[in-house]
Amino acid sequence: MIGTDQTSVIEREDLQSLFDVVIARGYVPVGPTVRDGAIVFDEVCRVEDLPGGWTEDQDAGSYRLKRRHDTALFGYNNGPHSWKKYLFPPRAKLWEAVKTENNGLTVREAEDTKRPFAFIGVRSCDLHALQVQDAVFMNPKHPDPLYAGRRGKALVIVVNCGQAAKTCFCTSMNTGPRAEGGYDLALTEILDGDDHYFIAEPGSPDGYSLLAGIPHREADSADVLAAQECTKRAAEQIGRKIEISDVKDLLYRNYDNERWDALERRCLTCANCTMACPTCFCSKVEDVTDLTGGHAERWREWDSCFTMDFSYIHGGSVRPTTRSRYRQWLIHKLATWLDQFGMSGCVGCGRCITWCPVGIDLTEEVRLIRASEKDKEADDG
Amino acid sequence: MQPQAEMRSPMCPYPFRVLEIAEEMPRCMTMRVAPDDATGDTAFAPGQFYMIYVFGHGEVPISTSGDPAKSGELTFTVMAVGSVTQALCALKQGDVIGLRGPFGRAWPVDLVKGRDVIVMAGGLGLAPLRPSIYHMLSNRNDYADLALLYGTRQPQSIIFRQTLAHWREDAPIDVEVTVDTAGRDWPGKVGVVTELLMGRRPDPSKTSALICGPEIMMRFSAYALMELGIAAENIYVSMERNMKCAVKMCGRCQYGPFFVCADGPVFAFNQVEQLFRIREL
Repeated sequence: MIGTDQTSVIEREDLQSLFDVVIARGYVPVGPTVRDGAIVFDEVCRVEDLPGGWTEDQDAGSYRLKRRHDTALFGYNNGPHSWKKYLFPPRAKLWEAVKTENNGLTVREAEDTKRPFAFIGVRSCDLHALQVQDAVFMNPKHPDPLYAGRRGKALVIVVNCGQAAKTCFCTSMNTGPRAEGGYDLALTEILDGDDHYFIAEPGSPDGYSLLAGIPHREADSADVLAAQECTKRAAEQIGRKIEISDVKDLLYRNYDNERWDALERRCLTCANCTMACPTCFCSKVEDVTDLTGGHAERWREWDSCFTMDFSYIHGGSVRPTTRSRYRQWLIHKLATWLDQFGMSGCVGCGRCITWCPVGIDLTEEVRLIRASEKDKEADDG
Repeated sequence: MQPQAEMRSPMCPYPFRVLEIAEEMPRCMTMRVAPDDATGDTAFAPGQFYMIYVFGHGEVPISTSGDPAKSGELTFTVMAVGSVTQALCALKQGDVIGLRGPFGRAWPVDLVKGRDVIVMAGGLGLAPLRPSIYHMLSNRNDYADLALLYGTRQPQSIIFRQTLAHWREDAPIDVEVTVDTAGRDWPGKVGVVTELLMGRRPDPSKTSALICGPEIMMRFSAYALMELGIAAENIYVSMERNMKCAVKMCGRCQYGPFFVCADGPVFAFNQVEQLFRIREL
């Protein structure tokens, strides 16, 4: 899309009108903001709510906010939150039921009362994560009404990355750092001396309409080049890598690899990786009644394949060991997901690496499994 | 986007009323239920399952155990092993439960037409198989020889006694029952279910098998059939995993690349043979 005559420039001082326009059009703007020592997603109505001048250091098991030397509004990468918390809420009522006369039962589906969301500051990896969850929750045979309803109405405003965290590996997963489509509007933030502006590329009728409501000028070739340089810089900063061309077959061959035993000793089964992951979709349900016993509700909550309860059937948990639970997670993410949904379950955002309390790095695990095969070949040879 | 009318959550149950509930053995009940309003449908294929909701207690996946030709009602056989199944087994005639379904892939009763069919059941595994036997007996000319080999722990844990007696005496199906352990008053066979295959000479080119029971029973049965020359693709098993949604959304019933709720519960053995060898999958 970049380079078309619709590519525009929005000056930094005009960015507030982006928020004003989405609010005027009935959206709840949500995006990054600083809270509790991290950059999280919440309602953001003003440019001042954004983490201006902040960035962070991320590495395996480590996340620290720090000040930038400039006033960039999007000069950081992903924090612990992902957009799934809006479309697939951590806890949501599915329905309520009442006992009626003669022992009868009436079930009423929960209504979604939320106004549509405008996601502001979606990174390219997270844009792909939305598409990964679309395949789960918008299966045409039985879509999830809550997810499908919110997703259909949501406005997606991308901000392309101008820097990479140490845990990023979108370039391995072909998910970034530049968003190539599937958004309403994509912004690239440019800081050049005293100039501070955004290259804006509309990607949908809603995006064109949104842009029309914001003061902007046509981008020239220098602007377009600056935007390309920005994401190129991010790509060059990426240090982590997964060789994905054959990763499915590699993992399918290695259900019995000794690396899983090493993970048995390291992994705490805390489930942080699955909570932080923008694509993990597993859930449990909770059935509750009120004190009269005549009113019942079902709630859906995020769950994790790292819990014992997750695979419990009569007689015990199918995956009682840490080894088998980590293996389930990793092989699902990088291998079985391909068979299930025709795409990888990993978008290379690196959250699971940063937010693992013991710093387990899936890129390293894949590399070690691959290396163990090579060692074995050498021994056999 | 789907039109609003089709957006009813796949998680919403429909009310069904208990017509009759009877004990199979201690802690195991068979119940017949019928739709309590015009929204309920009762068409299913043998081997499919429903999510059964007990008011305030929760939901469990249970395969139908009744005759698929019988319209207007559904039959389920439930063992009280957890809180929801205990509540289910405590139901009385006239109580209302919630149902969603049917879900999942059925026994391949059309695919095995014209062939000999060996049905192997272990314990409560007879329940999900009974609809397939009803179906094959109702369409008896579509099949060659039929056999039911049923193994259970002890004589007291034999379910569907009347059905078995009827099939044994009056139906064109060869029924054999064995128990793992029994007292001296048991006149029947003692031994594991695979022993019922001894002495049988199935023709591998025209025999298919349907197996349901504990995973270890299905594994040993499938390998015993393969030793008799029956190909893995002609052997079918029914898998069990934890399930919350039954529509590939909750992630819990994953079995390697499969979702048991939608890709199963019935699998051809050649689809899952490699997975059977992996522990804690």
